[in-house]
Amino acid sequence: MQEPLVILGAGLAGWTTAREFRKLDSRTPMLMITADSGDFYAKPSLSNAFARRLAPAQLVTTPAAKMVETLNVTLLQRTRVVALDPLARTVSSSKGELGYRALVLATGAQPIRVPLQGDAAERVLSVNSLDDFAALHQQLRPGSRVLIMGAGLIGCEFANDLAAAGHSVSVVDPSARPLAALLPEDASTQLRDALAALGVAWHFRSTVQAVGRDADGLRATLSDGTVLGADAVLSAIGLRADTTLAQAAGLVCERGIVVDGRLQTSAEHIYALGDCAQYASAEHRTLPYVMPIMNAAKVLAANLAGQPAELAFPLMPVAIKTPALPVVVAPPAPGQMGQWNSPEAGLWQFVGAEGRQHGFVLTGPQTARRAEQASRLAA
Amino acid sequence: MKTYLCIVCGFVYDEASGRPEDGIAPGTRWADVPESWACPDCGVAKADFEVVEI
Repeated sequence: MQEPLVILGAGLAGWTTAREFRKLDSRTPMLMITADSGDFYAKPSLSNAFARRLAPAQLVTTPAAKMVETLNVTLLQRTRVVALDPLARTVSSSKGELGYRALVLATGAQPIRVPLQGDAAERVLSVNSLDDFAALHQQLRPGSRVLIMGAGLIGCEFANDLAAAGHSVSVVDPSARPLAALLPEDASTQLRDALAALGVAWHFRSTVQAVGRDADGLRATLSDGTVLGADAVLSAIGLRADTTLAQAAGLVCERGIVVDGRLQTSAEHIYALGDCAQYASAEHRTLPYVMPIMNAAKVLAANLAGQPAELAFPLMPVAIKTPALPVVVAPPAPGQMGQWNSPEAGLWQFVGAEGRQHGFVLTGPQTARRAEQASRLAA
Repeated sequence: MKTYLCIVCGFVYDEASGRPEDGIAPGTRWADVPESWACPDCGVAKADFEVVEI
């Protein structure tokens, strides 16, 4: 019997690989294994669903059963894989041992958690899946007080979304401003002010030390001594590639599972993409965004279908969904020397000593100029 | 005028606003958006763009 192509993970990376593979090969059996339900949803909408008044079930754009039928796959839902055996070409799961002809790791990333003191530390939520979103959704009432740890991309998107939905939002971050790692200082200041105008209370240069209970709900104590009451505490301090299975199986992992230009890991017949992968095609970075997944899935599907292809990422600006001040960023490559210049309001260009442009930031109405700015970047 | 949602990334195409930065004039119906157009947020081609009316 022919062993199937096995895909671990039914997020955007897993489903897109399945969809792209089926365009090239309608016959090879495919088996997908997920710890979740496998329902297809747009993950970026987790951080803009509250303002749109969407309930968790409404975020599902295609139920798992429909995906299974359309793509002709077998789906094992609510199933955990506990080990890989690259030599025997098997995976061990909570539903038994399964063989594969090729294995795709699309296991995503897990939220980074910091240890907190206090008797309600376990009440801190992260939103990294539809189930997580449902848990947060259930905790909130009209006008709830939400404390967000982290002023990065996800933290800012949630702050905007929850404030726009009428919640009372506070954000705590150790840096001096939002999106400090990504934006030049004055762009960051603009975003800070736009969200403050929406009612977001910022607590910079501080971290949450403890989360305890009080009569009204939760009580967070910050490193600067401030005490904030909250109905929900959301941790959005970052994601880390989920390399657990790969590492245990002896695959080379650094910040993510290391893959070459064809998306193969250090083990033959095992591939990886999405938030769990560290791409040779992207200067050995992880790229936890939608557009890289779409690009990687197409190339991976071709390779799996016996049509060798090399991944070359196009320029992929990141859109930050903060309607109070929309932001588009094309960050310069890590280590690129240069400085940010702002020739006009809402536009920043990262220019190297040789005079070439290596990145840009657009805010507000200027985000409409994404294509024009992208075409100016040094190839 | 209708509004369409990219199910992959949540990008919204609004016929009323069009997409002037991509050369698509305000008022352009989804059917008239060129086949070569791709979702600006996730890169999904129009042919693969699965849309729902919202």
